[in-house]
Amino acid sequence: MSFTIEGATGPWEIVCGLEVHAQVTSNAKLFSGAATAFGAAPNSQVSFVDAGFPGMLPVINRECVAQAVRTGLGLKAQINLWSRFDRKNYFYADLPQGYQISQYAHPIVGTGAIEIELADGSTKTIGITRLHLEQDAGKSLHDQHPTKSFIDLNRSGVALMEIVSEPDMRSPEEAGAYLTKLRQILRYLGTCDGNMDEGSMRADVNVSVRKAGEAYRTRCEVKNVNSIRFVMQAVEAEARRQIEVWESGGSVDQETRLFDTGRGVTRSMRSKEDAHDYRYFPDPDLPPLVLEAEWVEGLKATLPELPDARRARYVAMGLSPYDAHVLTLEKETAAYFETVAQGRDAKVAANWVTGDLFAAINRTKTSIAEPPVPAEHLGALLDLLANKTLSGTLAKTVFEAMIETGKSPGAIVQERGLRQVTDTGAIERMVDQVLEANADKVAEYRAGKEKLFGFFVGQVMKAMQGKGNPALVNEVVKKKLG
Amino acid sequence: MSLDTATVRRIASLARIRLEEPEVPRMQAELNGILGWIEQLQAVDTEGVEPMAGGGAVSLRMREDAVTDGGIPEQVLANAPDREGEYFGVPKVVE
Amino acid sequence: MHPTDFTLRGAIEALNEGLLTSVELTQAHLDAITALNPRLNAYVTVTAEQALAQAKASDARRAAGVAGPLEGVPLAIKDLFCTAGVRTTAGSRILDNFIPPYESTVSGNLLRDGAVFLGKVNLDEFAMGSSNTTSAFGPVENPWSRANDPDTRLVPGGSSGGSAAAVAARLALGATATDTGGSIRQPAAFCGIAGIKPTYGRCSRFGIVAFASSLDQAGPVARTVEDCAILLRSMAGFDPKDSTSADVPVPDFAAACARGVKGLRIGVPKEYRLEGTPPEIEALWEQGLAWLREQGAETVEISLPHTKYALPTYYIVAPAEASSNLARYDGVRFGRREKGADLKDLYERTRAAGFGAEVRRRIMIGTYVLSAGYYDAYYLKAQKIRALIKRDFDQAFANVDAIVTPATPSAAFGMDEKQDDPVTMYLNDVFTVTANLAGLPGLSVPSGLDAQGLPLGLQVIGRAFDEETVFAVGNAIEQAADFTALPRLRAGA
Ligand SMILES: [Mg+2]
Ligand SMILES: [Zn+2]
Repeated sequence: MSFTIEGATGPWEIVCGLEVHAQVTSNAKLFSGAATAFGAAPNSQVSFVDAGFPGMLPVINRECVAQAVRTGLGLKAQINLWSRFDRKNYFYADLPQGYQISQYAHPIVGTGAIEIELADGSTKTIGITRLHLEQDAGKSLHDQHPTKSFIDLNRSGVALMEIVSEPDMRSPEEAGAYLTKLRQILRYLGTCDGNMDEGSMRADVNVSVRKAGEAYRTRCEVKNVNSIRFVMQAVEAEARRQIEVWESGGSVDQETRLFDTGRGVTRSMRSKEDAHDYRYFPDPDLPPLVLEAEWVEGLKATLPELPDARRARYVAMGLSPYDAHVLTLEKETAAYFETVAQGRDAKVAANWVTGDLFAAINRTKTSIAEPPVPAEHLGALLDLLANKTLSGTLAKTVFEAMIETGKSPGAIVQERGLRQVTDTGAIERMVDQVLEANADKVAEYRAGKEKLFGFFVGQVMKAMQGKGNPALVNEVVKKKLG
Repeated sequence: MSLDTATVRRIASLARIRLEEPEVPRMQAELNGILGWIEQLQAVDTEGVEPMAGGGAVSLRMREDAVTDGGIPEQVLANAPDREGEYFGVPKVVE
Repeated sequence: MHPTDFTLRGAIEALNEGLLTSVELTQAHLDAITALNPRLNAYVTVTAEQALAQAKASDARRAAGVAGPLEGVPLAIKDLFCTAGVRTTAGSRILDNFIPPYESTVSGNLLRDGAVFLGKVNLDEFAMGSSNTTSAFGPVENPWSRANDPDTRLVPGGSSGGSAAAVAARLALGATATDTGGSIRQPAAFCGIAGIKPTYGRCSRFGIVAFASSLDQAGPVARTVEDCAILLRSMAGFDPKDSTSADVPVPDFAAACARGVKGLRIGVPKEYRLEGTPPEIEALWEQGLAWLREQGAETVEISLPHTKYALPTYYIVAPAEASSNLARYDGVRFGRREKGADLKDLYERTRAAGFGAEVRRRIMIGTYVLSAGYYDAYYLKAQKIRALIKRDFDQAFANVDAIVTPATPSAAFGMDEKQDDPVTMYLNDVFTVTANLAGLPGLSVPSGLDAQGLPLGLQVIGRAFDEETVFAVGNAIEQAADFTALPRLRAGA
């Protein structure tokens, strides 16, 4: 069932493509040696190059290039061994050089593809048009002074990858799934930290609407949407706006818009009025970027395992597709799971991670990056289960104690004497006592009231403070009752 | 290709150079003089010629990813015509 | 002999022999500046105190036996090179209060080698001009004047007019300069001194206020070819801060001056015989070729068929790059700012008031040729013709070792002449601009006088990174020309 929006004139289809700006993970900026860390004092991570001072020249950072290539490889895209930097000319308060160094005509990465998963379990391939490297601009603060904007150039010159998709998405859900998957891939690759609230990823959302079977109609670009949820909202809000325009007899103008997150609508961007003649031309300060095929091969050889491959591997290990999906969403989760599962039963490990651990994270308001229980400790707990030191019930008790104390399961078992009793003699003595004390019930049982079996087991376990091995207790109760 | 006055105004706006109305015709004449002279290039056969962008090296040299610069906010701000604390100040920008 | 009469090499020898100190040499130049600069306007900023301090430190280094190759030599720095703590204006009102906190690589190299900086010298605004009349700090006067018309003030050429005038008038032993279309070679020729634009990439552009990045090159002007060679060796060298800087060794250029020209093949491009060129210039060119033949070179006619398109090509490429390079002068982070109702108004008023007429004109042209719908017809076309011009040279240099042409189509002209039509002014660079477009080294050598007693230069163009042959040919011409004429306005006169 394809997604449509019902208008007065019938159903409309959404056509959506995304341009995602992803900040490259690197120590220094794309063309200067200034730092890139988030949250520094204003203008403290600025070189004269970043501030566009007279006579300053750009020199490219090898790691930023490597990160773009890794990303291209992760998107199964064409790596262009010859690419070039162009200048995009426009005036803006936080654009110190009066141009952005970008790759317009010859990007470093060409066409690729991303497979997205949808809620109904289906998958869809979204085409990648290109990926190019460019500089970020600075930041304008508009709320510090009644009549002035303040400029902080810390971001100026930070490397960005602009990743442009084909207009292949047909619903807000697909747009959300695309951005989720792209973010996941970048984070697996370590090429972008994906922190959308710190501005490390922003999306320009291109939206148009059409009737079934039509060619594309005019699109609008909603700029700088900074969360996956807002992207989905913006797609829908902009589509609804355009449907209204078309249905009221008007026509949609190609323009740049902003998403008002408070009101959930898009609005026209006044300041971009004449910014459309960017006068791109090759940056004369920068010769072409020529890559050696062997260098690219070297990067390819050291690429980490990506989400799709990892998910397939987990399924092969015996996990359900759902668990495999959940465990690979964040690379930290997968890393945690791998540590727990290392040398152990993968399914048991998956159950603990997706069950008890996730619940504990929710309850304690922690995260997989800073988990309530270290993966090594959870692994050790699983070992105690496997070698029958702990019963399932005891393990839950120990797990809670691990969260409270931060101690290893071994230490907790030691301190609290929580070791399960597997000594048959001790269990037999306890069963004898329980049966003796409940002679009336034994009689009822023997008369045919078989559901009392559980009662006897429970009484024995209670008497043993939960430490009796459940299987053995069962076995002995059954034997004694004859 | 001859420039009309509207184009002269549009180019001045793109270049962010204020052009007072009486200056427009003179600028137009000068630009058209230069462009008319440049027009002779259209006679050159450039079929199949690869454009030459830069003057020098055939490929970009890459530097290592190390923090070697920045940390000089006082120097960066020292020449600012309007310094507002740790920031550069400009008239309020409305988006 | 007056201390300002030394050649640069002569001064180094005199300093080495203890005939005088750097402080004395520097003071003599500062005195000459005090006396002559009010008239010539070659210096925009004189850093007398700093110069004497540097000279004193230099004398101490020499006494300690650690003298650099330029130890104690007083130089002038074109005000396009950023100098740490010293105002750098690019000849523009928009930067009239700009104090860079950094040093350009080229001027830094000179300081490293022991040079003393007398101050910053005038230029056409942002190096855009061929007369040094577009400077916000007023025109520079050529120290030469016509024999039969001494009252007409002449231009020194441009854009490095302050550099050339200062050196010709003995207000410095040498000077840094830059050349985007002829801005070293044309003023050198107009002022009767030598100047070389080296191969693109030979000198770092880091810290030099950019005009047209793919064409700009720094180089020296000095009174002799050998002095230029000595200065260039210090100025040149690989700089990791400039992505277009060439990672090639810097040879001993001065040693190459004495190589001679025996067996060299000298190309004579037939397309440089322009209609309207004064017969004296044609004659000087013939004379220069004859001198080279006398010293054992062979001269051969060559063809550079796209020569006539070089200047219009340049007037697309250079303004296009300049329109972008000069976008950073917006009144926000440095330089002049005019008040505006909003940010756009601030930009427009700042740039209208801060840039002079020629700069505004070139930004307008550059903006236009890059704008939507015109890029292919102008900018892309120009890039292709640039490739053809380069190919012409590649083919020529398959057969010859150097090319010799006139440096300029005329001698220095009057300050009020050629001002009404921009294109007439642009034609000054007709012989020099091809070397910029092709990235090749070009040397201007003072070779003779015209009928008015004004200096004329010949130009030597060489293969990329073969400045050594260029110096050898230039030195041969200089020796044969025995150019001893002096400008009327000069120190010690
Ligand atoms: Mg975009
Ligand atoms: Zn972008």
